[in-house]
Amino acid sequence: MEVIRSQKRTASNDVVSNPKIPLYLTAPQMEVRLEEFELFAIDRLRVLKGVSDGLARGKNPKEMDEVVNTLWKENMRHSDASEMVNKDIISHFVLRLVYCRSDELKKWFLSMETALFRHRFRLQNLEAQRAIVGEFGLPYKAVTGAELESLKERLGQVVRSLGQISPSVEAVYYKVPFEEVPDLVAGRRVLIQKGYAFVAGSQLVSLVVTQFRSHISKALILTNRKWTTTIREREKDRLTPIVEALSTTYLGPDYSQSSEYADISLKDIDQVSKSSFPLCMRHLFEKLREDHHLKHGGRMQLGLFLKGVGLKLDDALAFWRAEFSKKVGSERFDKEYAYGIRHNYGKEGKRTDYTPYACQKIISSAPGAGDHHGCPYRHFSEDNLRAALGRMGLSSRGMEDVMDKVRNKHYQLACTLTFEAVYGTSCDAGINHPNQYFEESQKILKSKTPAAPV
Amino acid sequence: MRREEMESKGDETLMMMDAAQMNNQKPQEEFFNVNYLRIYYGKTPLSLSLFLIIITFDLLVQTSQLLLNAGNLFPYSDIHKWLSYGHDGKHPGCDEYYFGRREFSFTLENDVYLRYKSFKNASSIEDAIKSTFPYKIDIGAVYSVDPDKRHAYSQTGTNVFTPVERELVFDIDITDYDDVRYCCSGADVCSKCWPLMTVAIKLIHTSLTDDFGFKHILWVFSGRRGVHCWVCDPKARRMTNEQRSAVAEYFRVYKGNENNARKVALMGYSLHPFLARSYVDFLKGFFEGELQATQSIFSSKDKYDKILGMISDEDIQSELREKWENSGRSSLSEEAISLVRWDQLKNTLQSKKHKAPTLRMCVEEIVFTFTYPRIDLEVSKHMNHLLKAPFCVHPKTGRVCVPIDPNNCDEFDPLAVPTLSQLIEEINSGGSRMDVDDDDDSDRCLLGKSIKFFRSSFLEPLLKSCKEK
Repeated sequence: MEVIRSQKRTASNDVVSNPKIPLYLTAPQMEVRLEEFELFAIDRLRVLKGVSDGLARGKNPKEMDEVVNTLWKENMRHSDASEMVNKDIISHFVLRLVYCRSDELKKWFLSMETALFRHRFRLQNLEAQRAIVGEFGLPYKAVTGAELESLKERLGQVVRSLGQISPSVEAVYYKVPFEEVPDLVAGRRVLIQKGYAFVAGSQLVSLVVTQFRSHISKALILTNRKWTTTIREREKDRLTPIVEALSTTYLGPDYSQSSEYADISLKDIDQVSKSSFPLCMRHLFEKLREDHHLKHGGRMQLGLFLKGVGLKLDDALAFWRAEFSKKVGSERFDKEYAYGIRHNYGKEGKRTDYTPYACQKIISSAPGAGDHHGCPYRHFSEDNLRAALGRMGLSSRGMEDVMDKVRNKHYQLACTLTFEAVYGTSCDAGINHPNQYFEESQKILKSKTPAAPV
Repeated sequence: MRREEMESKGDETLMMMDAAQMNNQKPQEEFFNVNYLRIYYGKTPLSLSLFLIIITFDLLVQTSQLLLNAGNLFPYSDIHKWLSYGHDGKHPGCDEYYFGRREFSFTLENDVYLRYKSFKNASSIEDAIKSTFPYKIDIGAVYSVDPDKRHAYSQTGTNVFTPVERELVFDIDITDYDDVRYCCSGADVCSKCWPLMTVAIKLIHTSLTDDFGFKHILWVFSGRRGVHCWVCDPKARRMTNEQRSAVAEYFRVYKGNENNARKVALMGYSLHPFLARSYVDFLKGFFEGELQATQSIFSSKDKYDKILGMISDEDIQSELREKWENSGRSSLSEEAISLVRWDQLKNTLQSKKHKAPTLRMCVEEIVFTFTYPRIDLEVSKHMNHLLKAPFCVHPKTGRVCVPIDPNNCDEFDPLAVPTLSQLIEEINSGGSRMDVDDDDDSDRCLLGKSIKFFRSSFLEPLLKSCKEK
């Protein structure tokens, strides 16, 4: 791809052939105007951000299909079909440059592009889907005849286990090594026998998404290498500033540096936990005080949150030691737990300064026996959640609104409503990070009583 | 030459002195200590000159045998053969550096933890163990480069330090079942709750072979209260983290903790074939039979309240609760009472299950909650996770981490596994050769059966299939 100054675009020989969704397998051989370079990228970024929002709000796959359809129409449309495809391809490759530059950026980009691909694929008809599968060159054989007959009963069981009351076993199944469809295996959505998964035609998405994801992941690594070795320097007066600006605009604050609203000390911590912690952290904090222990997931979630809230390493060590010593003794604390806390603050191992978890990560975690982390709106039973909300001071009407959101799986909206009920103000931005909850809460409390500690 | 004269020979006679000391002291008082561990792992071989001095005295042939072979119970060469997967450097296509790229970790006496240890060959790992006597030996992944030299490689570019192969592993610990076992809790385990592990082994083993097509599977007792599983097929070793995670999630049914009451939620209109087979072949029978006998899960109010809490319908809960509260004294045993109540619960649910989708498979959910395996997901998901080596000795119990035969796991008794002190006792009293490399004697010693099983059922088939590649 060659970026040129304002000039009419010459006939491009793009690699695009039939598929409606390009696979971005190779960089296109075409010329791009400098303005388009940035504009196309921004439009695509709006789509990706919309996808991210949709996922964070817990939308189901069908809803996400709609979201993607709307977003794509609004941002990526062009009257000329081939121009539309060009914009698709160009914007993707520009964003690769932007998002290859760190692990966190890569991870976000990979997740969003994969989700985007997945839903665009689902929106295609069966024939178009088969064409795309063909593009990937996957050598999967269809299962027919006697083999299909012998599996029919169990295939029907799989369909029924997924919620379809009448087992309509599809006409076409593909026999695929189980390694190639990890998400279908994980969700027990396929029959597996002797190392092979039997994938229904309608489940083809999973197959291609895995391939797509793997390809993009490898491509990002190569792009990063090219960027750091040649492109960044070569383009330092032209493309590099654009690339660097594009990534910071849309990810939102990561709360790894505490702001003026987040600087707590040990003596305030109990009070602050009751006044400003979101439910998830309050629960962890209370359990820690009660049991004098937390399992690993809880230590990570609460520990990083406290770091974001401004607790310094020395205070953190003192805090955790004080609690854990009551259960395991301070010697064992120093031996087994102190290292982990220092690791969180970037003082051990590969010295990554870990960022506190955002709601999306917490919601998608999987607390097991003995754990207390996760998102209470998602992971608590209704009774337990009501009790916890009662302790936060919600009225019965407020609680009903929140429970309504929970039932519809809008966990972050539920938390936002809780926030609004507790502090009596509206929160238009919506809660998507526990530290954001904390900071907003502190802002409100400090504005009410400027002198007194909150 | 008598014992006193031997004693002046210095360090190599430590073995003799230890044996002498132990004859005076009862070994059962301690399950585990450093001296026992030294004997288990064997001392470094005698220097040649001393050896010659000793064997010139016929009388001392026997004692020299003892000195040479006492201890040395840990099967070094078997472990090395296993982890080399046929890369013995003796045939074409072989990677002679393969073993050297495997990470091991040692935990030493004072909780000193040493990671990223690697060894060129069998004798260097043997020497290392014999000079440090680690309390715990863990096996990690095979990396792209020698773990010892990892700092020489940058984190970016083509020569990155990253795992390339690792067995698919599972860890099942009975403390994860504490909310459903009433006989013990925490680190304890007994003959009443161990059957939970037996069921877990059978169920998961069947799935690994029938569903996933794996062939080379090793089950090992963890030494105290659980089991580990090592899947060693080549395609298992090459699985990515995402694929491992998928298999772990496939096995996952129990989702929850004290914050939610219904920890097993089986959705849909039927069970997935894997769960259905598990239920019919293993779980139902176990729940209605052995479990009732050993745990009597309905016999007291606390116990049955917990089960009633899993039924998501208040009316049904009250109906059953009333029935049971008012059942008064009965001449039936606890087990019989439990069975009666279970029948009542099943009948009630059967007639009322159309009331709500969450009741459709409530009976199965209860059975799964009490019996289905609970694996530690984090252990299985990451290639770089370290796991304890088979044939290690557990520092808290002194028991050896012996393999378990999945086809005979009903017979496995964790409380009958040889302890370190029993092994030492056997050396003292038996006087028989404990040379682990000699097949004929393997039946005569406590550990012999385990090592024989390891070789014949696991190692030999594995090496044979490696050669075929």
